[in-house]
Amino acid sequence: MTAGSAPPLAGGEQLVKRFPLTRGVVFRRRLGDVAAVDGVTLSVQEGESLGIVGETGSGKSTLARMLLNLLEPTSGVVRYRGEDVTHARGAQLAALRRKRQLVFQDPAGSLNPRKTIGAAVADPFAIHGLLPERAARARRVGELLEQVGLEAASANRYPHELSGGMRQRVGIARAIALGPELLVADEPVSALDVSIQAQILTLLRELRRELGLTLVLIAHDLAVVRHMCDRVAVMHDGRLVEVAPVEELYRAPREAYTRELLAAVPRIPGPPSASGPAGG
Amino acid sequence: MSAADAAGAVLSVEDLRVGFDTRDGLVQAVDGVSFAVAPGRTLGIVGESGSGKTVAATTAMGLSRGPRVRVSGRVLLDGEDLLDAAPQRLRALRGDAIAMVFQDPLSALHPLLRVGAQIGEAVRAHRPGVSRAAARARAVELLEWVAIPNAGQRVDAYPHELSGGMRQRAMIAMALANEPRVLIADEPTTALDVTVQAQILALLRRLRDELGMAMVLITHDLGVVAETADEVAVMYAGRIVEQSPAGELFAAPRHPYTWGLLRSMPRVDAPAGAALVPIPGRPPSLIHPPSGCRFHPRCPYVRERHRSEDPALEPLPDAPGHRVACLLPEAERRVAWARLATGATPAQARAAIEPAGEEGRV
Repeated sequence: MTAGSAPPLAGGEQLVKRFPLTRGVVFRRRLGDVAAVDGVTLSVQEGESLGIVGETGSGKSTLARMLLNLLEPTSGVVRYRGEDVTHARGAQLAALRRKRQLVFQDPAGSLNPRKTIGAAVADPFAIHGLLPERAARARRVGELLEQVGLEAASANRYPHELSGGMRQRVGIARAIALGPELLVADEPVSALDVSIQAQILTLLRELRRELGLTLVLIAHDLAVVRHMCDRVAVMHDGRLVEVAPVEELYRAPREAYTRELLAAVPRIPGPPSASGPAGG
Repeated sequence: MSAADAAGAVLSVEDLRVGFDTRDGLVQAVDGVSFAVAPGRTLGIVGESGSGKTVAATTAMGLSRGPRVRVSGRVLLDGEDLLDAAPQRLRALRGDAIAMVFQDPLSALHPLLRVGAQIGEAVRAHRPGVSRAAARARAVELLEWVAIPNAGQRVDAYPHELSGGMRQRAMIAMALANEPRVLIADEPTTALDVTVQAQILALLRRLRDELGMAMVLITHDLGVVAETADEVAVMYAGRIVEQSPAGELFAAPRHPYTWGLLRSMPRVDAPAGAALVPIPGRPPSLIHPPSGCRFHPRCPYVRERHRSEDPALEPLPDAPGHRVACLLPEAERRVAWARLATGATPAQARAAIEPAGEEGRV
């Protein structure tokens, strides 16, 4: 974590997002509003890994989308490097998109089935008009694929030819293509098998170290966050319940809701040290 | 009791094999699986996608039938072989003596019928003499039993009007409508939030104890198994690779795949900064499974002989209820796990049991 003098890398102040609550299909009536996120102030320091945990409907994904300007807040301020970017448009927004990237839960749903993997990973360059030279772009795509543990030759394959874990690697390759500063991963492993989950989490951890990325990890799984994050924010019903360093939160949660959440996680008996130290 | 001991079991699966004919070849989804469950006990079947755990269960329910399905072995429910049973007989047993709960209640419940009507139908399908009114009363009773608040009103709700947890409770109520002797639950809590998951698991345990049901719990989550099952079978590529009483499986696992799973699972009680140790590679093709031990391409402890020799599921010398399909000598597996359990990497554990290293120390 950086010193207090520098502004946080990203964050939001008093963020609120309301969605209209309607009834009926043809004669749609507005019954009122539901606040998916209800006054959340949160910041991410450069270089840290922040976990946002909560159950279905807690507002964690909505919050993340607002932090990335993918969803406009009803009220509140979105900041990046101290600057108010709530209403960023045009060139400013494009620049922000390069610096802040999202990794989705379902890589299959975020990849075009008719496009090769190589084309998918090259997309960000095309969109931002970078690396116009074909050979250079192909070379960079190959490097990116290798960086996420795929063969450069898999550029010629289609999404359906890949397993879920490999598709998530492609999603990550796309996300890091433009050299972002902030990576927001929304449930990146919840659709994957246990052994593949561990591979993807390990990859994210390595990339974070190699590229000096700041990571916001959104997850319902408290165990995943424990392994990945320096700090954890717990959300419930659109509000922030508790924010604490990871060790503190898991050892001595202050809020009743956090305790309830932790108590509900099924425990695996046996030595908890069944994992080596970090960076092994 | 051990699963090998079929005496006293209400459900016993013997050498089950299930293959699917596809354009690409025969997919051998289940390849010689045996297990047994006694009344009031829970068998947890753990495995990843494609391990065959769900196919084994659906076949046991008589749900995998058709021209392209190749099934052999026996599935004995109170001594009656379900694989041989006529379709009519199977319909009579399903939902009555043996019932199943699926992962996704939204796709298992009829979207246009009220929950109570669906539960009532489950009752009336097997008890034609029961009146509609009595079936409805039974539905309310069942919904109360699975702890759905305001059961008297919820009985008239449509599935989409219930939350995920409530829907799963309704599914369980339907499965229990006729007090089955065997309940097969396939990932019953995977789609649910942790707090709801804890409630559903507690509910299943309570109902198992009250009804003396035998339960087969299929899951990918070792934590869920640890909290619910008496006995655990770990499946990999269509086979059981390790089977043991639950306590022993977690205290002294003996198969490298089980070790891999245990060390891949993030845990809330992990020490600070603990890294996960992924299993390299991915599960094999079931059309062309690897030669020899099926886990050998991903196993950190593989030896030359393991590439050609296929290990059988055999009891451990000192713990007959604990069976393992692994070609490493038991003494070496013991040493390897001792190292892994204290934080060694697979490479370090391997070094500790390398034959050269062992023999060099004469």
